Amino acid sequence: MAFENNHTAWGDYLDQLESESIHIMREVAGQFERPALLFSGGKDSIVMVHLALKAFRPGKLPFPLVHIDTGHNFQEALDFRDELVEAIGEKLIVRKVADTINKKGLTEQKGKFASRNALQTFTLLDCIEEFQFDACIGGARRDEEKARAKERIFSVRDEFGQWDPKLQRPELWNTYNGRISKGENVRVFPISNWTELDVWNYIRRHHIKLPSIYFAHEREVLEFEGQLVATSEFIRVDETDVISKKKVRYRTVGDMTCTAAVESDAANIDDIIKEIIATKTSERGETRIDDRVSEAAMEDRKKGGYF
Amino acid sequence: MDILRFITAGSVDDGKSTLIGRLLYDSKSIMIDQLAAIEKQSKNKDEGEIDLALLTDGLRAEREQGITIDVAYKYFSTPKRKFIIADAPGHIQYTRNMVTGASNADLAIILVDARNGVVEQTRRHSIIASLLNIPHVVVAINKMDLVNNSQDVYNNIVIDYANVAAKLGLKDITYIPISAINGDNIVEKSDSFPWYEGASLLHILENVVVADDINLTDARFPVQYVIRPQTDDLHDYRGYAGKIISGIYKKGDQVTVLPSGLSSTVSLIEFAGNEVEEAFAPQSVVLHLADDIDTSRGDVIVHSDNQPALENEVEALLCWMGNKPLAVGNKYLLQINSRVVKAVIKDIAYKLNVNSLEQEPAPAQASLNDIVRVTIKTAAPIPFDHYKKLRVNGGAILIDETSNVTVGACMIA
Repeated sequence: MAFENNHTAWGDYLDQLESESIHIMREVAGQFERPALLFSGGKDSIVMVHLALKAFRPGKLPFPLVHIDTGHNFQEALDFRDELVEAIGEKLIVRKVADTINKKGLTEQKGKFASRNALQTFTLLDCIEEFQFDACIGGARRDEEKARAKERIFSVRDEFGQWDPKLQRPELWNTYNGRISKGENVRVFPISNWTELDVWNYIRRHHIKLPSIYFAHEREVLEFEGQLVATSEFIRVDETDVISKKKVRYRTVGDMTCTAAVESDAANIDDIIKEIIATKTSERGETRIDDRVSEAAMEDRKKGGYF
Repeated sequence: MDILRFITAGSVDDGKSTLIGRLLYDSKSIMIDQLAAIEKQSKNKDEGEIDLALLTDGLRAEREQGITIDVAYKYFSTPKRKFIIADAPGHIQYTRNMVTGASNADLAIILVDARNGVVEQTRRHSIIASLLNIPHVVVAINKMDLVNNSQDVYNNIVIDYANVAAKLGLKDITYIPISAINGDNIVEKSDSFPWYEGASLLHILENVVVADDINLTDARFPVQYVIRPQTDDLHDYRGYAGKIISGIYKKGDQVTVLPSGLSSTVSLIEFAGNEVEEAFAPQSVVLHLADDIDTSRGDVIVHSDNQPALENEVEALLCWMGNKPLAVGNKYLLQINSRVVKAVIKDIAYKLNVNSLEQEPAPAQASLNDIVRVTIKTAAPIPFDHYKKLRVNGGAILIDETSNVTVGACMIA
């Protein structure tokens, strides 16, 4: 039976964003030989998988999912990743930061929240080289951070993965120039124009499933400079640390070493959206320990080949 | 709730960044940690107050120099609308950045400093708004506080600007007096201008009608990708994936594939995995044709009784964005939507003075930020519409085949 498609009813902001993102994904499929979708297990990359399925079903996805595994993931996110891949029957490639560290003799960060965030870049670049990926689709959004606000949807990186903000190609209309020389690759950001709230509203509208850690749950956390960090084998607990059990949820899902939880009772999407509308702190400011280092932390990491 | 994409044209001196900062701040789109970060930077710069302009400068070089170099995209929402701001620099050496930001805009805010009135930069920004065919223009006459909120000053600027607009053929212009630094007339209507009868800037942005800007008459569907699962149960499935850039497609429509000119009928339309009777711009869909005709990426599927031009020579206004000069005889790739063809510059007819709109004699070479009228010959025919008539199928980019860089924006005349 035909589904009614009505142009007075269709076309609100989420419909428009979805259509734009699907268009971008299809440009990737049309322009590149060996694309990949970088999948972290977080809500943004889960939405990206959902969009990719809309763009290419009933065909197979024209790219594998790639997870750069730091070894510091939340188990819930890993389990969710495997279930999702199983359910959609697509290919997943996992490359572990730990292997890169061993193979290349990299030095791990030291300290209380020793993070592998910076080392991920090495594994990512190796993975790009191993599979000769010419385009990597990522879930970054321009509202996340002020350096990201300046990045193109098709962002060309040199053979070291480096972003040069001063040499960006003009990006006009909905025309994307993905031409590159050998060795270069393009990072593509189909949800550039979405905000955090847009992502949550989209998840609600389309009943997209998420890992359980996005919803309020009891967890043992320590308080560090006003942020709540889950205790785990990956962080150093000092005697002076105040550890307590709190009801929390995660607003972003990154590594256990650099992602903070927020106190919350929000057990469903409606409640989460209410909390996000009421919040006075930005997503990265509230939950990412790694962005606090300097005013230009993200800009520097992107210049160095980061996502 | 829909989306309004707008560009703010002006320089730091006009209060552009302050205006954007104000819109974000007063619509509560700035978070405490972001505010804390700019407070810290404001103190670094030894300025007493929070400098809202710092919110929009994303790169270290921009913060250090206190200028905007590149287009930054900013987002905010009200219960009525989602807003996407393309924040572009205003100086002439960044014309290409403004052209880039303007290419997707539904509306342009042209900032005029009330003390200076309509100046060269105002004209340049208006010319770009007109060239890029931005459907709506708001002329925000800023720093009214510095001219004692004078109605006479305001009226004179409106009269001056109306002359410029008439010459450019700009339509749907709204004028508003504001003081970005004080927040007057930005979110709430201000008492400072009792003589002003219009609404606040945010109210104007929330209510300008953009749905009518989508062309639902001339159906254009550039094919991006062919979906062929080639599985046992979907052995004969062949779907053309793309975004309807304009018009409406219905099952049974008689269509022609360009440039081949082969005809067929639409046998099936899929949207979000569902079979639908009709689909329309700007939906991303999958179209199926009744006949097995050769169709691939770069082709455009149109209604047989409403076809675009199909030529291998086009006239265009070209904004040159390359660092190396453009000269007659140079070869590039031309990309229009998903179609890429080889192209050569056959002629430069004149150069447009972006400050006065006068046509100047054709230069031997065009340089970065020049806007020139050119004739381009393509190696294969391209289906296109005139940019003024159908923006989504009349804009093309030029790519330097040796560096792969986008070097030109063509508005096909």
